[in-house]
Amino acid sequence: MTGTGIGAPVRRKEDFRFITGKGHYTDDINRPGQTHAVFVRSPHAHAAIRSIDASAALTSPGVLAVFTGDDLTADKVGGLICGWMIHSKDGTPMKAGGHPALAQGKVRYVGDHVAVVIAETHAQGREAAEKVKVDYEVLKPVVDMAEAIKPGAPVIHDVASDNTVYNWHLGDKAAADAAFAKAAHVTKLDIVNNRLVPNAMEPRAAVGDYDSGSDAFTLYTTSQNPHVARLVLSAFIGIAPEHKLRVIAPDVGGGFGSKIFIYAEETVCVWAAKKVGRPVKWTADRTEAFLADAHGRDHVTHAELAIDEKGKITGLRVHTKANLGAYLSTFASSVPTYLYAPLLSGQYDIPAIYAEVDGIYTTTAPVDAYRGAGRPEATFVVERLIEVAARETGVDPAQFRKKNFVRTFPHQTPVIMCYDAGDYDASLTKALEMADYKNVGKRKRESAKKGLLRGVGISAYIEACGIAPSAAVGSLGAGVGLWESAEVRVNPVGTVEILTGSHSHGQGHETTFAQLVSSRLGISIDNVSIVHGDTDKVQMGMGTYGSRSGAVGMSAISKALDKIETKAKKVAAYVLEASDKDIEFKDGKFSVKGTDKSIDFASVALQAYIAHKFSGQELEPGLKESAFWDPTNFTFPAGVHICELEIDPQTGVTRIDRWTAVDDFGEIINPMIVEGQVHGGIGQGIGQALHESAVYNESGQLVTASYMDYCMPRADDVPSYNVGMTQTRCPSNPLGIKGCGEAGAIAAPPAVINAITDALGHEDIAMPATPRAVWRAAQKSIGLKAAE
Amino acid sequence: MAMTMTGEVTLPADRQAVYDKLNDPEVLKACIPGCQSLDKTEAGGFSAVVKLKVGPVSATFKGSVELLDLDPPNGYRIAGQGEGGVAGFAKGGAKVSLTDAEGGGTVLRYDVEANVGGKIAQLGARLIDGVAKKNADAFFANFVKIVSA
Repeated sequence: MTGTGIGAPVRRKEDFRFITGKGHYTDDINRPGQTHAVFVRSPHAHAAIRSIDASAALTSPGVLAVFTGDDLTADKVGGLICGWMIHSKDGTPMKAGGHPALAQGKVRYVGDHVAVVIAETHAQGREAAEKVKVDYEVLKPVVDMAEAIKPGAPVIHDVASDNTVYNWHLGDKAAADAAFAKAAHVTKLDIVNNRLVPNAMEPRAAVGDYDSGSDAFTLYTTSQNPHVARLVLSAFIGIAPEHKLRVIAPDVGGGFGSKIFIYAEETVCVWAAKKVGRPVKWTADRTEAFLADAHGRDHVTHAELAIDEKGKITGLRVHTKANLGAYLSTFASSVPTYLYAPLLSGQYDIPAIYAEVDGIYTTTAPVDAYRGAGRPEATFVVERLIEVAARETGVDPAQFRKKNFVRTFPHQTPVIMCYDAGDYDASLTKALEMADYKNVGKRKRESAKKGLLRGVGISAYIEACGIAPSAAVGSLGAGVGLWESAEVRVNPVGTVEILTGSHSHGQGHETTFAQLVSSRLGISIDNVSIVHGDTDKVQMGMGTYGSRSGAVGMSAISKALDKIETKAKKVAAYVLEASDKDIEFKDGKFSVKGTDKSIDFASVALQAYIAHKFSGQELEPGLKESAFWDPTNFTFPAGVHICELEIDPQTGVTRIDRWTAVDDFGEIINPMIVEGQVHGGIGQGIGQALHESAVYNESGQLVTASYMDYCMPRADDVPSYNVGMTQTRCPSNPLGIKGCGEAGAIAAPPAVINAITDALGHEDIAMPATPRAVWRAAQKSIGLKAAE
Repeated sequence: MAMTMTGEVTLPADRQAVYDKLNDPEVLKACIPGCQSLDKTEAGGFSAVVKLKVGPVSATFKGSVELLDLDPPNGYRIAGQGEGGVAGFAKGGAKVSLTDAEGGGTVLRYDVEANVGGKIAQLGARLIDGVAKKNADAFFANFVKIVSA
């Protein structure tokens, strides 16, 4: 292995560019003759549009055009789509209301797109946008899911008169009911999973460009999956056929899921570029990001766990209401269904599970995937239930988990998933050790002396990553396959370009992908470059989300590298005058078995291109191979996080004292990057548990639309993390990788809340556990103590 | 988010006199904080321009003011709404009731409800209660001054 191969904690190649301001983000791109788009957004949560008068805006200085939904219709531009079909339990397809890029007669949430002003400068656009007069007939909003499904509630989409997108279910109801009928103990819990705003550091942006000479469009955009964006813009929205539409996602500053989706603004920019005959740019301001990026989570759940007299879990029943917002975003329908309920078995052997999920429209921003996407919601349900069940039955929460762990693999759960590998005892044992769990009691007494409440909370999470086998997700309703592609181009001097359908927006692919190449070809990562995010360079790809770039994206690269090795061996065989069956490739050298004849990789590359040593009829010149990889299963990263914290009952302030994370991500390419992913994920999970909450008031106004009111975790809110690893190799891909991008955000929230409720001595607290909420809960604890 | 508040003030004038002042556009204009113009419309209401600042958002709202449920000399309801461009919208109103005060004069009771939307709600949510209360207080303080004059 070279010093930059698999397993080396190599510093990220891309960081120098980012931290010295040399990144190239969408907003850094300026095209000659560029104009600026400013969107007129609805200030109302729900209103009919009687008329739009753009006359004053059109005569405003610098204005080229004002477009409304009618202009899109006239150009036959289709609405935005939801790409995953979910069927209700009665077999009916989900009720998807129209999702026009610019409103058609009605607005359905504050921030909904009513019109767009195209102007010479951004300031002129803003000024003119103020002059667009929209005559609204204000309708009653409905932001609360329980209200939305009541008879007589305001109807958001005519196709869903009860504001219900679907009533979906998974599992065996009769088996679950039978388990509960025989249960020795039943634990019941009502759970709210708070709505979050994604808050990528870089807001969304787009530059649409149209070349009339070639009748071709280019869209520069902040996308996690430019090929999917091109596919949707082309095949469904109808901007242009794929060969006339290039989508470029350059450096992207964070996504967390929110940049998977195909939104109104990007669509309008690329379409408008042809209308005005000039490039059109839009960059969201932070308020627009709050209002119109797809939000995350927002579940209300009732869950029940059945336990027999020996403390063994026998059944789980879950009923979740999932807020999908005012429109179905690109993958919204799948998040609270197939990305959620199949994870409800957790790390546990649960014989019977039944889950019902109601997807509900409200007059709020669309809700879609956000770091973890369904799996944090499932983990929160399972790990809160487990913890409470242990407390109710008087069993140590760690022992209760051990008693119920899955121990034989493969393990088929009652909810689709077949866990292929894991060792849950190993991660729990290691985490308890690292967290010094056995001395928690002592530390609690020391805190009590200072008037502080100390609590410890365990979260033993599992997720399904590396999404996903195409045929499997197709059978569940996905409109696309979830394979990945790669192309390996070896240059004549032996340097390598990797073209990948994965997209890096903070994950460090330029480093980890190069490390794989370094290990396989025996060359330094400095001789490898990663090309991604451009549909003209990379033929097709599915992008980055669901912790899939390692397990799926790198597996495609690995498969292409296999082909490179096979071909290079043939070239080497000609050069070394041996049979290609006798050629061995190791440490960057091709050698003839049992001899000292060898040639290095760079020389073979050169020989492949000059093609003097072999006949072009016998062997094609060149060294370039491509591959598509379709995984055979999801991957199942799992681990144990333990949060230990102190609460000051006088102020309600929670201080996280120590955090232990032990994760099994399978094989690890770069331990430093993996640990960074774990840190970031936990930070976001702590944010959800303690700080963040997107709040709509009853009139449908987003009252947390700035950092003044939406609290992000800051450096002093998070502890130093104690991160450890255990390892079971993933059998479903050639590299043994499971994926690490979402784990922290999945594991953290129940660890925090389990710790807080341990400290409080009761379960009555919801996320975010802000100082105010914790103070109130602590007063209740004091009351309960006094009553004892 | 309907923001509500109630209050009462005692005025040194009889009910009819107070009621008349409450119907006088010049008096209303002088009392509504930030009111730049208040003109009678043919429909019987008023068109108004009001400058309002909530936290970081300052905007001029153009809209209408209506007097409803007129019950001389016992009270009425005053309702207004305005559009502030990209700042969003504001609407609100007050139910005003007049009763004789013990020992002379009139007790004016008010129930105020205020609503805002758009940017003004997104950026100023936490400040709105305070701003609405400040403006209501200012309105009635101005009104007391005029009635007492």
